[in-house]
Order: sequence, then structure tokens, then C-alpha cells
Amino acid sequence: MTDEKVITAKALTKKFADFIAVNAISFEVSKGEIFGFLGANGAGKTTAMRMLCGLSLPTSGEATVAGFDVYKESEKIKKNIGYMSQKFSLYEDLTVKENMRFYGGIYGLTEKRIKEKSQQVLADLHMEAEQNKLVKSLPLGWKQKLAFSVAIFHEPAIVFLDEPTGGVDPVTRREFWEMIYQAAQNGTTVFVTTHYMDEAEYCNRVSIMVDGRIEALDTPTNLKKQFNTASMDEVFLQLARKAVRQAD
Amino acid sequence: MASVKVSNIIKTYPAEKKSVVKALNNISFQVDKGELFGVIGPDGAGKTSLFRIMTTLLIADSGIATVEGFDTVKDYKQIRKQIGYMPGKFSLYQDLSVEENLEFFATIFNTSIKENYDLIKDIYVQIEPFKTRRAGKLSGGMKQKLALCCALIHRPTVLFLDEPTTGVDAVSRKEFWEMLKQLKTQGITILVSTPYMDEASLCDRVVLLQNGSMLSIDTPQKITQQFNKQLIAVKTDNMYALLQSLRECNEVENIYPFGEYHHVVLKNNNTKSEVQQYVAAHGFKDVELNPASANIEDCFIELMRNQ
Repeated sequence: MTDEKVITAKALTKKFADFIAVNAISFEVSKGEIFGFLGANGAGKTTAMRMLCGLSLPTSGEATVAGFDVYKESEKIKKNIGYMSQKFSLYEDLTVKENMRFYGGIYGLTEKRIKEKSQQVLADLHMEAEQNKLVKSLPLGWKQKLAFSVAIFHEPAIVFLDEPTGGVDPVTRREFWEMIYQAAQNGTTVFVTTHYMDEAEYCNRVSIMVDGRIEALDTPTNLKKQFNTASMDEVFLQLARKAVRQAD
Repeated sequence: MASVKVSNIIKTYPAEKKSVVKALNNISFQVDKGELFGVIGPDGAGKTSLFRIMTTLLIADSGIATVEGFDTVKDYKQIRKQIGYMPGKFSLYQDLSVEENLEFFATIFNTSIKENYDLIKDIYVQIEPFKTRRAGKLSGGMKQKLALCCALIHRPTVLFLDEPTTGVDAVSRKEFWEMLKQLKTQGITILVSTPYMDEASLCDRVVLLQNGSMLSIDTPQKITQQFNKQLIAVKTDNMYALLQSLRECNEVENIYPFGEYHHVVLKNNNTKSEVQQYVAAHGFKDVELNPASANIEDCFIELMRNQ
């Protein structure tokens, strides 16, 4: 992790008519940091993430992602980030290799680079024997690890992970987190949401949103001290119980 | 007395090139009347296939399943009359209101909301302020509460809940388990599946399922007691380097991240102090190293290794 800031948000706000989905959130994320973005359903996480990914214009406030402005340079942001969610990541009816070629192509990598990078990913995941298999025939754990590799295939500055580990077995979940550690060590910034509170502990810092605001932001150790409790689970419950509004 | 009996159930699905996938591989267990029984396992373990077989919606390749003494194949009509089922996917009518959905399900089962209101009251009052809202417009947590009400409105003797807490935040999950505890006091047998290992401790008994096979079945306490290796929790200034370093340590059988610590499973006859020396010798700072007791997740990981 370095002091260089790759995400900055100042009073970032999104309103839908008179409903304030995201209410003046401010924070910074450093290069190579694993940043946990937590909150109950309906707290505004998805809306905030959509603004940072250049998919939704803020109503007010400022934000830069990978050095680009969310209002004026959303196309540049899209080129410099990776995104993976549990719901959508790979094309099931393409093979492993075809998925990599497709994503590499979308991000404008050269034929040669796609080939090199594909070989490297297949070797890292020990999936050489599966390269011509359809993604839908792979076990879920493999799919998720492949999806992560594809999300960072173009070596983005930041990767956004939206509940990446839902439903996977405890061994695969941990293998997945090792890939996250690895990426962070290589300088990729990781912005991750999760419902697993033990995973919040793996993050360098964690923010917790309640009713559109960031109510807490610190290292897991400091948050536990601040809320005088032994687990992140309890920190989350103490904060989220204060929520007034219902999930969408 | 047994409320649900499952014996030697096998279920396969056709896969590519005439091969088959074994979704359930010889599953057998019993659930007693009034028990809160958990089926714990990741996606693809076979949870939904198992629930569909028990609720008469899917026929097994072989094996027998009975619910309240009725056979799931021959007596499916009797079973359907007296069980409640909440599928993993939200399956109420999105364009009917909260109240209309509840009335619809009550009518189908030849009863009325009034007749069984006492059973759902505690849950229904939480969504009653929104009773004229369409089900499709409800939040995730409210949908879940309505689905539970609809599954209960005919006063079933056995309740099947397939992943009711998946994708639900920690607060709603906690509330949902409180509701189940409440229902248990009414004598209803409850079978609930979940991919969240931490929910195992809230059940009377659990079966751990992985790749269609049973890893273990017992009370959560007994499963964790059966973990017969030495386990320690370690924390230092550099957790990722620690993970990689301890993998090379001869005394260590397994190591994995576990919340703010790493859990280290020791090989036979090795002690904490040997790991302590190793960690110190490799230059880690701020070392914290303590014996730990295994929870269900540690057991699941260990059982997966031996599978």
C-alpha cells in the first residue's frame, strides 16, 4: 500500500427525486489498499459503487477514480477499472479461453498480449486442461477464481468486487481471498463489498454505510476498539440497527 | 418420533457427452418432530435438490424419503397439504399485494388468515403497514417475511426453508433466525438450508453437505468437539507473508485466514511453542499466538480435506 490516492470522494451525493440514496459521503482509498465497503441492504452501497464506476452521475459532490473525474471522464474510468460480481461475471456459453479473449478484446489488448496473458492466467489457476471447456461446466469455485482473473486481465488500477464470494465453500472462499491479497500486493486497489463479516477483517480498512451515510471508517482493529467489541459482526450490527430506512 | 426420514437418496442429472453429475450421493438422515435441522453447504452441494425431493417436487433416482410417515412419491398429495415450503427464489405473486398473496395461499389450503393468525402474527405485524403494497415492490427483508407468512398460513407441521438468508444482510439474518426460534416453540419441525457456516450453531442438529455427500451429521457442539487436532490462532504485522511463510513450516498441517487471525492446524505431537519459534525466527513482529477452539467452519475445512 502507498500514500498515492486512487479513489477520492468529497460529499458525494445521489438523489432520486426527494430520496437521498447516497448522502454526502467522503473518503479516500490508497493504491494497493483492500477497502471493505459494507452496509445493510438498501444502505446505498450499490448506488455509490455505480457512481465510482462511471455508470451513474452524482447529483452533487466530487469524486475521482484512478485520477479521473466521475462527471467528465467516466469513459476513462471504465477503461481503468475492473468489475466482478457474483451475479454476473463470465459468459457461461463461451469457453475459458474465449472468455479471456473476449474481455481482453473489449479492453483493447493486442492479440499478442491476450495470448500471453491467457497462458499466464491458465498457469496460475492450474487450468490449462480446462481452457477449451465451456464455463458453465466448471465448478463454482473455479468459475469465481477465473472471474476474478478476468476482471483484472487488463491490469486495471482498481478492481470493484460486489459480493464476490457468496455461496462458495470455505476453502474456495479463502483461496479467493489469497488472490485478492496477491493482487493488492502487486499494486491493484481492491474495493470490495461482502456479507461475510470475517472477510471484513481481511480488509486494510472498512467503511460501513447506514441510510446513505458513511457512519464508520477505520481499520478493523480500530473499529472494534471504538465500538468496544470483539468482532466486526458486532460492530456492523450496532451500526446497522440504527438504520431507519428500508432496503429497496 | 421422526418427522422426516431420508434413506439412501441418490439423484443424478445428465451432463455433457452422456455423462452424469451426481447431485446427491447416498443421503440418509432423520429429523425428529419439533427439531430445528440445518442443511449446511456451499452452492452446488445438493441442498436444493434435497429440498425438492423432500417437498415432492423432484423424484430421486433411488432411495426413499418420507414426511410425517407419507412417501414423497406415492403420497405426494397428503404431503403437500401439510408442509410449508419457502423456495430459495422468491416465488410469490409479484403483482398481488401483501395481503392478497396471503389470502391467496390461505384460500388454496382451504383456510383463512383469521383462522391461523396467531401463528403468523409476530411476523406479519412487521409487514402489515405495507399490506396494500405489491409484493414485487417490497424490500428483500420484507419479501422474506411475507414468504414465511405464506408458507405458514395453513399451519403446516413441517416447514422447509431453502436458503432463506442468502444475500440478506447481517441484521435481517439475525432477525430471521429469531423468528425461527419462535416458531420452534410452536412445535413445528423446521428444515433450513444455508451456505453460511455460522448459522449452524443456531440449529439443534445439522448435516454438512459437500458435492452431494454428507461430511458429518450431529449437533453443532458435537461436530466441533470431534475436531481432534491442535488448532492455534496467529496474528502478526504482515498477514499475507505469514500465510505464505507458515505453509513452509514442517510442524504445520494446514493454515488459512480466519477473521483477523490465521488458523493453524498442527501436525501430530507438535506444539504451539514450535510455531512460536518459527514465527519469531522468520522476523515477524507484533506476534500474537493463542490456542483456538474449532468452530463449524474449521470442521468443514478439515472434513473437506479428508473427503
